[in-house]
Amino acid sequence: MTETEIQTTRRLPARQRIVIIGAGIVGNSVAYHLSRLGETEITLLDKGPLPNPGGSTGHASNFIFPVDHAKEITSLTLESMRQYKDLGVYLECGGIEVARTEARMQELQRRMASARSWGIEPTSLLTPAEIKELVPFVNEQILLGGFYTPGAGVVDSLRAATIMRERAIEAGMTVAANTEVVGLDVEHGRVVRVRTDRGDIEADRVVIACGCWSPRIAAMAGARIPLSPAVHQMIDVGPVAMFADARTLVDYPIVRDMDTNMYERQDGGGLEIGSYAHRPIMLDADEIPSIEESALSPTELPFTQADFELQMEHALELVPEIVGDESVGVRYAINGLLSVTFDGLPLLGETPEVRGLWSAAAIWIKEGPGAGKTVAELMVHGESEIDVFESNIARAYPHQKTRTHIRARVAEGFNKMYGIVHPAEQWETDRRVKLSPHYERELALGAVFYEAAGWERPHWYESNSGLLEEYGDRIVRREAEWESRWWSPIINAEHLAMRDRAGYIDLTAFAIFDVTGPGALDAVQRVAMRQMDVPVGRVVYTPVLTPSGGFKADLTIMRMADDAFRVVTGGAFGMSDLKWFGDNLPADGSAQAHDLTSSWTTLGLWGPRARDILSSVTSADVSNEGFPFASWREIEVGPLSVIASRISYVGELGWELYVPIEQGARLWDIVAEAGAPHGAVPIGAGVYGTTGRLEKCYRAYGAELEGDYNVVEAGMAWGSVKEQEFIGREAHVRHREEPQAATMCALTVDDHTSSSGVKRYMLGREPVLTADGEAIVDARGRRSYVTSAGAGPSIGRHILMSYLPPEHARVGAELRVEYMGELYPATVATVDSTPLLDPGNERVRS
Amino acid sequence: MNILVCVKRVPLTGGRMTLTEDGRAIQTRHLGFTVSPHEECAAEEAIRLVEEHGGSTTVLTLGPAEAEEQLRDMLAIGADRAIHLVSDGEEWDPQATAAAIVEAVRALPEPFDLLLFGNESADGGNYQVPIRVAHSLGLPCVTGIKALSAQDGLLRCEQEVAGGRDVYELRLPAVVTVREGINLPRYPSVPGRMRAKRKPVAASTPQRPAARLRMERLVVPEGPGKQAEILGHGPEAAPRVVEILAEIGVI
Amino acid sequence: MNIVWVDGAGDELSQQAVAFARGLGGDVAAVRFAAGEAYSPAAWAQTLVELAAERGASAVLAPATDRGNELLAHVAAKLGQPVAANCTSLTPGSPARVVRLRWGGSLLEEAALDGSPLLATVAPHSVAAEPFGEPETLAVTPAASELDLAVRVSGRIEAAGAGVSLADAEVVVSGGRGVGSAEGFGVIEELAGLLGGAVGCSRAVTSAGWRPHSDQVGQTGTKVSPEIYIACGISGATQHMAGCKGAKRLLAINPDGEASIFASADYAVIGDLHEVVPAISAEIRKVRGT
Repeated sequence: MTETEIQTTRRLPARQRIVIIGAGIVGNSVAYHLSRLGETEITLLDKGPLPNPGGSTGHASNFIFPVDHAKEITSLTLESMRQYKDLGVYLECGGIEVARTEARMQELQRRMASARSWGIEPTSLLTPAEIKELVPFVNEQILLGGFYTPGAGVVDSLRAATIMRERAIEAGMTVAANTEVVGLDVEHGRVVRVRTDRGDIEADRVVIACGCWSPRIAAMAGARIPLSPAVHQMIDVGPVAMFADARTLVDYPIVRDMDTNMYERQDGGGLEIGSYAHRPIMLDADEIPSIEESALSPTELPFTQADFELQMEHALELVPEIVGDESVGVRYAINGLLSVTFDGLPLLGETPEVRGLWSAAAIWIKEGPGAGKTVAELMVHGESEIDVFESNIARAYPHQKTRTHIRARVAEGFNKMYGIVHPAEQWETDRRVKLSPHYERELALGAVFYEAAGWERPHWYESNSGLLEEYGDRIVRREAEWESRWWSPIINAEHLAMRDRAGYIDLTAFAIFDVTGPGALDAVQRVAMRQMDVPVGRVVYTPVLTPSGGFKADLTIMRMADDAFRVVTGGAFGMSDLKWFGDNLPADGSAQAHDLTSSWTTLGLWGPRARDILSSVTSADVSNEGFPFASWREIEVGPLSVIASRISYVGELGWELYVPIEQGARLWDIVAEAGAPHGAVPIGAGVYGTTGRLEKCYRAYGAELEGDYNVVEAGMAWGSVKEQEFIGREAHVRHREEPQAATMCALTVDDHTSSSGVKRYMLGREPVLTADGEAIVDARGRRSYVTSAGAGPSIGRHILMSYLPPEHARVGAELRVEYMGELYPATVATVDSTPLLDPGNERVRS
Repeated sequence: MNILVCVKRVPLTGGRMTLTEDGRAIQTRHLGFTVSPHEECAAEEAIRLVEEHGGSTTVLTLGPAEAEEQLRDMLAIGADRAIHLVSDGEEWDPQATAAAIVEAVRALPEPFDLLLFGNESADGGNYQVPIRVAHSLGLPCVTGIKALSAQDGLLRCEQEVAGGRDVYELRLPAVVTVREGINLPRYPSVPGRMRAKRKPVAASTPQRPAARLRMERLVVPEGPGKQAEILGHGPEAAPRVVEILAEIGVI
Repeated sequence: MNIVWVDGAGDELSQQAVAFARGLGGDVAAVRFAAGEAYSPAAWAQTLVELAAERGASAVLAPATDRGNELLAHVAAKLGQPVAANCTSLTPGSPARVVRLRWGGSLLEEAALDGSPLLATVAPHSVAAEPFGEPETLAVTPAASELDLAVRVSGRIEAAGAGVSLADAEVVVSGGRGVGSAEGFGVIEELAGLLGGAVGCSRAVTSAGWRPHSDQVGQTGTKVSPEIYIACGISGATQHMAGCKGAKRLLAINPDGEASIFASADYAVIGDLHEVVPAISAEIRKVRGT
């Protein structure tokens, strides 16, 4: 018997360190990378046969367009392309996203900018005639232009999976095809056993890489993998005469007909036409037919012609010569199943419900090998080369794991697959799940609600429109529709009112959790970068680092008692942060983490009049001496016991006021009533999250702060390194000694006027270029791009944050930012963390 | 030449069939539908004959409302019009089916020159509906045809039998049943699909008479799943392979 | 009295049909048409109808061959009675009960059958074959009408030897990605040639340009139904299997013991096709002494 046969013997090992369930592109990739990292006791299971067990990998269209607006997804795609090329299964044919509308042409300009931000080159915009030259079968007369990525290509994902599996087998992995998992045993919160129809395997860790079946497998352990199988329609027409002499599988660039949510590509002698335009068709994981019941495969469901009628017409418009040819027939048509999540992102990492149970799900062909490598690294090292904080499965709040929510969001997101999605675009479905105690009052004030971690959070208040007149010319009006979408000048008016007087902000979306117990200090010391052994009553803002010294989080911690700490962090990544703290609690059980997110509400009160307002409703000493910055006190406000924490994310004097959630409405009423004589107004998150913080150059996790950058680069290495051990300490010490490849800077835009005379305002993620328009790349190969952008109403400038290499990271350096196909001059205004407004931080500390 | 093709909507099944709870039908929740393969070839043959000789192709089905999908499929590959005998979704026995078809054919003003059927339906396998229709209409009937040509009202048919083909020659009008392999049915083109949406489908609702062959329930026969017999590893397996080939009779 | 039409001199299926008829009780008359009678289904059926009436037959049966099914359908049409094709059992009664094959044998149907005489064809291997004596020889009834006689075998084409098409081939030797190159198909062609078969291939192969699209077996290619399909280096993608599931037997040659193709195969050889296929060709030559 050959080595392969020995490894694919029908006897299962009794115990393994790791069992991977699912032998599609993802499972094989996880297996390969785990074995590359030294794991040998691995078994890979699939209920189907090999090499095509019948999941989505088997019917995928297999093409890869590398350019995406999202950095994380793009990183996974680029890594996957690298691996596919190494495996010899990447066929580079180029790809063109074509535009039928002016709005799409603008979107293609954004694609150009994203390509430049993420370093994908070359790319270019094509005229209709140029498209015709590259893809002679399209009708260029209906097109306005196209975005060309010559590096786009088609992969053989089944072959890639096979090669990776073979390599893992060589390294010692066992493979068991045709083996169905029937149960996952959990003991004391940890997965211990995989039960199959061919026997049980004891395992320390189990990876679910089951694509659209993942929710079903996770449920066996009581965990949730919140995705839904959804249908993607695909047909293959042929034979195409002009492809008869095709040299390869794809001689012509793939065409994405973005405005109709479709793609057309040569596939050997045929043309493959796929669509994301039809009505969302979802199944439950339990409804997917078995291999035996399926006419084709479980994920190739019967084609529903009625859903494809309009798409046929669209295909006929774009590719009339082929699609309109009577001798070209529809040879293959499926409703192919793929996995879609509530927010469109993958689900990677250990499940928060069950220790040792890992998810590698909702991954497309273009991300497969990169995601596999990432999950393997997370399992072995606790962090990954590509930071996947947005895809962390732990991010989901309970309501986001419900069938109702998943179905609503998958349905809504499905037709946006090729959509023009504004960076601030809000979900419409399944809203009003989490309402803050202030909600009714906010609604009455005409709040425009954005969703924050599932909460309805005001972004601005129409009731403040009167401020527009008050501030007149100080408020920049946006002329272009794109930048005025999901935006209001009222945000800037609220900002000025706060800076002049005071504002109060609903911060209910904060995630809050306590770490308590005799080992609590050690626990928070280990996680937090800054010194946590502070007196009770102190508030510490601290980065949380990865083992290699990148950012895992930034948050504030209040010392509530000798053995109790309260962690407050942004809602978006609150659940991930909770899991990180939980993962790093002492093994002896001497400390616990308790989620209090649904127990406490927070109202922020900031501005020069904040003290006047607060002192009018409390007898507590709120003077600078009695209640200094970076401290918290329990104070009485009317009948309420309020935990007041004197910190600020908007650079103003003021407090975060915490009360039990049922008392929030009363707190609002007290503050609003007391604030009115001082001219205080309610303020939306447009100020809190953008304008307020940017004037102060405060960094935001997920924008400036992420795993790929360290504390020194972020300009946050104040003071000395604490003596106590913490995660990432060694790396952090090293970073302090090394020359930095980049430094966080704030730039201001010098001239907003476009070639057509319209003033344009960047929204973030645009490439930052040299004065000559060249890309800026640091010594670690990272491109400079705008991490955050927004108005600075008080300083009268539009602010851009960006990491810059040393040669550009100096005040006064003149650079360019690319936006919608044009270059705008911008100047470095501050380096490191020096704020643009109030550089001495007098306001905060007054 | 005016041709009628009769087709039946059947599920596209996978490797294993599962039944509905009452055991009276196949569980089709996840299955697509098609026409029986022989009938697909019958439709293709009709369209080719009309392409060659002129005339028109009418496609007829007796089936539930959803069977319009199969009629549109046939219209998409080139049939000109369709007749839908809308059933109640219950199974019609072969006599009832044939009677409904005969009634529909008699109701039409113009007689057909040729009625094409598949040799047997994929699901029922009753081997008799075309023959019953031929008897009722007083037409000759040949079955299992793998090659068909028409000239001057004369039909030449070849039927595969052991060791070769039997030839039949008969005059039109006639009933002919064909077998898969007589042609390679075309796939519908996109323009064909779009045209099919506009072609006429005449629907009527015949009454189902009492069945005289009454299906009571279906049973999935027991039997082991397919387990390949391993003939050996590498070139050493060759002698055993040749033995098998000899047993099958291909050597 | 039950009448069984038998084909020719009493092959195995006819012997099974006679045994089946004996199981119903009563006398069994096995009948056939004289060797010189050109096959004419309606005329033969008319003859059987008259014979059944004359003998007062309680059942008329035939083996469920093409001709058996056809004849009984004509008999049934002429009598205006139901007929059950492909029965594995028949229990006389009022009504009679049958079990019959559907879906090519993938499902069984339990049904009630009306009519007298009972009309049914007997599915192969429903009962063990039993030898029977010389059947009665029939001549076509003079009462056969012009219409009955309009369909009559009028010629014969003997099976040709060479130039088999993929769709009609008795043997298909098919290559997949595992063949590796256009040149690699040499060994496939050689084996197909020795077996008088046709060469097929998977979609991956035509996609790679190693073979013309006309050789492609699969959902989007040709659907084949040979006696044996020899799949060499084919992984067994469903797209491909849809094209070869009509094969009576499937022999898969693949180095990966867990390849999908083995799940559908009757016979498996685990190994590299470039070693196995030439060895099979060599063995065939050896057996034939060429």
